Amino acid sequence: MQQPQPNILLSVKKLNKEFNVSGGLLDQLSFQHGKLIRKKQSVKAINGISLDIVKGEALCLVGESGCGKTTVGRTIMGLLPPSKGTVHYRGQRIDNLNRSQLLPYRKHMQMIFQNPYASLNPRKTVATTLLEPVRFHFPEMSQAQQRQKVEQVMESVGVNANWGPRFPHEFSGGQRQRISIARALMVDPEFIVADEPISALDVSIQAQVLNLLMQAREDRGLTYLFITHDLSVVEHFGTRVAVMYLGRICELGITAEVFSSPRHPYTQALLSAIPKLGQSNLGRKSKHIKLKGEVPTPINLPSGCVFHDRCPHANQRCSNEIPELNNTSNGVQIACHAVEENRI
Amino acid sequence: MPLLSVNNLEVVFPLRTGLVTAIKDVSFDLEQGERIGIVGESGAGKSVSAFAILNLISKPGYLAAGSILFNGRDLASLGEEEMRQIRGNEISMIFQDPMMTLNPVLTIGTQMEETILAHKNMSRQEARKISVAKLKAVQIPSTETRLTQYPHELSGGMRQRVVIAIALLSDPAIIIADEPTTALDVTIQAEILELLLNLCNDFDVGLILITHDLGVVSEVTQRILVMYAGRIIEQGPTHQVIARPMHPYTQGLLGALPEKTRPGQRLNQIPGVMPTLQEIPAGCPFHNRCNQIQAVCKVDLPILGGTGSRAVACHFPLNR
Repeated sequence: MQQPQPNILLSVKKLNKEFNVSGGLLDQLSFQHGKLIRKKQSVKAINGISLDIVKGEALCLVGESGCGKTTVGRTIMGLLPPSKGTVHYRGQRIDNLNRSQLLPYRKHMQMIFQNPYASLNPRKTVATTLLEPVRFHFPEMSQAQQRQKVEQVMESVGVNANWGPRFPHEFSGGQRQRISIARALMVDPEFIVADEPISALDVSIQAQVLNLLMQAREDRGLTYLFITHDLSVVEHFGTRVAVMYLGRICELGITAEVFSSPRHPYTQALLSAIPKLGQSNLGRKSKHIKLKGEVPTPINLPSGCVFHDRCPHANQRCSNEIPELNNTSNGVQIACHAVEENRI
Repeated sequence: MPLLSVNNLEVVFPLRTGLVTAIKDVSFDLEQGERIGIVGESGAGKSVSAFAILNLISKPGYLAAGSILFNGRDLASLGEEEMRQIRGNEISMIFQDPMMTLNPVLTIGTQMEETILAHKNMSRQEARKISVAKLKAVQIPSTETRLTQYPHELSGGMRQRVVIAIALLSDPAIIIADEPTTALDVTIQAEILELLLNLCNDFDVGLILITHDLGVVSEVTQRILVMYAGRIIEQGPTHQVIARPMHPYTQGLLGALPEKTRPGQRLNQIPGVMPTLQEIPAGCPFHNRCNQIQAVCKVDLPILGGTGSRAVACHFPLNR
């Protein structure tokens, strides 16, 4: 897998991210058996993730809260420095660049955030918010050209050009999310990290924004990393899906394959839990796979496979050895000893 | 006679700009042990309708009209003191965010005992026994240690189980659950919904489930009320409404779900947004987003009506 593939846009290798939560020096000190001991604690948010994002695809990163999906997105965007591992964009390493060295990449990579109430500056008009990236990244354009570009993009995402002089608080959630999408598209990026872009919206508005994102992908040849917890959206939007659990990828493959025949025990449990229209899976004759226990804290990760203490198929090997992502017959990559040994 | 009968409920909020009607003409019945779901988008009036039943409308809002008959008593005419005997006793409520509903500085045990002692005359020991039994009913392991813990020591799913246990403490006849699983992850959501469903069946408790998630309603409830801009626009048996919606809005909402379209295809979206309560248009409140609009829709407000178990508020209902 080392030979460079020309169509790989973004490549993440062995990414690790830890957050130090040990507090100040005095918080770290403790007495044990008459000795003064200094202990550091860290949240292991991402534990060795490797991913290639191919140009033109919509890769969905899915998992439950606390699994590290947002951290992956932010680390890729350079908003957080990784603790270990590398991020390459078109073959160039970008995770060790400083702010000014990253600037040219900002034009290629943009991000859409979950909460459109927090991601727009409340004291700037829509026009100012949208004009700023154009002014910054296209200084060669005349003011008239810049304004024209802003209007053009606004129109393409269904933002009325008359909204320019108004402030974010005058708009509904769906309208604000359109404005944030317009802001991301303003610099003509080729790669977009969308972090739960529709989770804060109502059902009928979700469909509007999802259509808009799909339209933009078609019109502009965009590549997405789409972070979400909503599995029905993944099935609809994603060309590929990566299922995360406790900072690791447990299953990665073509969306249709993963959804039709999930093989990792966690993916199976996750997919069986989706509430479905028109049928009752719950109750006495439940089809939903129950997991024992709860997600362990990412401060003290379980040894071996991070899922082993909740897994119905776990054995001795699972509690000792960390499973790597392996290719299976249908091209889906799975990190599971039981799948590898054909026990599932 | 139904256990709970809500008739022509109207809730009004006086604002500086004038009176705003949050819900109007909301009527429905709940039989003993029946599970109904109220669905709609934010601002449709789902929570206000449920809060009105327990007289929990926050000031300056008030109940302007309507009656709420529970066991033959009109809750709308009760005083605050009498209402407190109903709340958490005969009708319990479960809220969305368990961290907001549990008191962070009291142990689980204290909170549960307090709830029992507020309604019943018994000793702390007896109250503790009931608490343990209810925690077991919601499948919380090692109940005795849980009672001594504080809410922050529990996970989100555990907290919501505790909240459900508290709601069950005085064996209520009805539980009102306002988005009980919205803050939870999918796998935990499935567990909590299953728990609610089994508890309702085992103890013959009625459930009013408020949610925006049609999948959740479909899994748990027997009957569904769809709300739009403060009114009920469609109601009927859950599976019938989902299979053959009669109101264009219900149809649009169902059609907008990703699972209704082939992956990668454009979703069927409803154009526009729900009007705010101040600017509800004349005639049918949905008319400017509707794809079947005719002249009469802009003028006449359709009344909720129908035959048998189904009812719809539309001049030209679908799937008749």
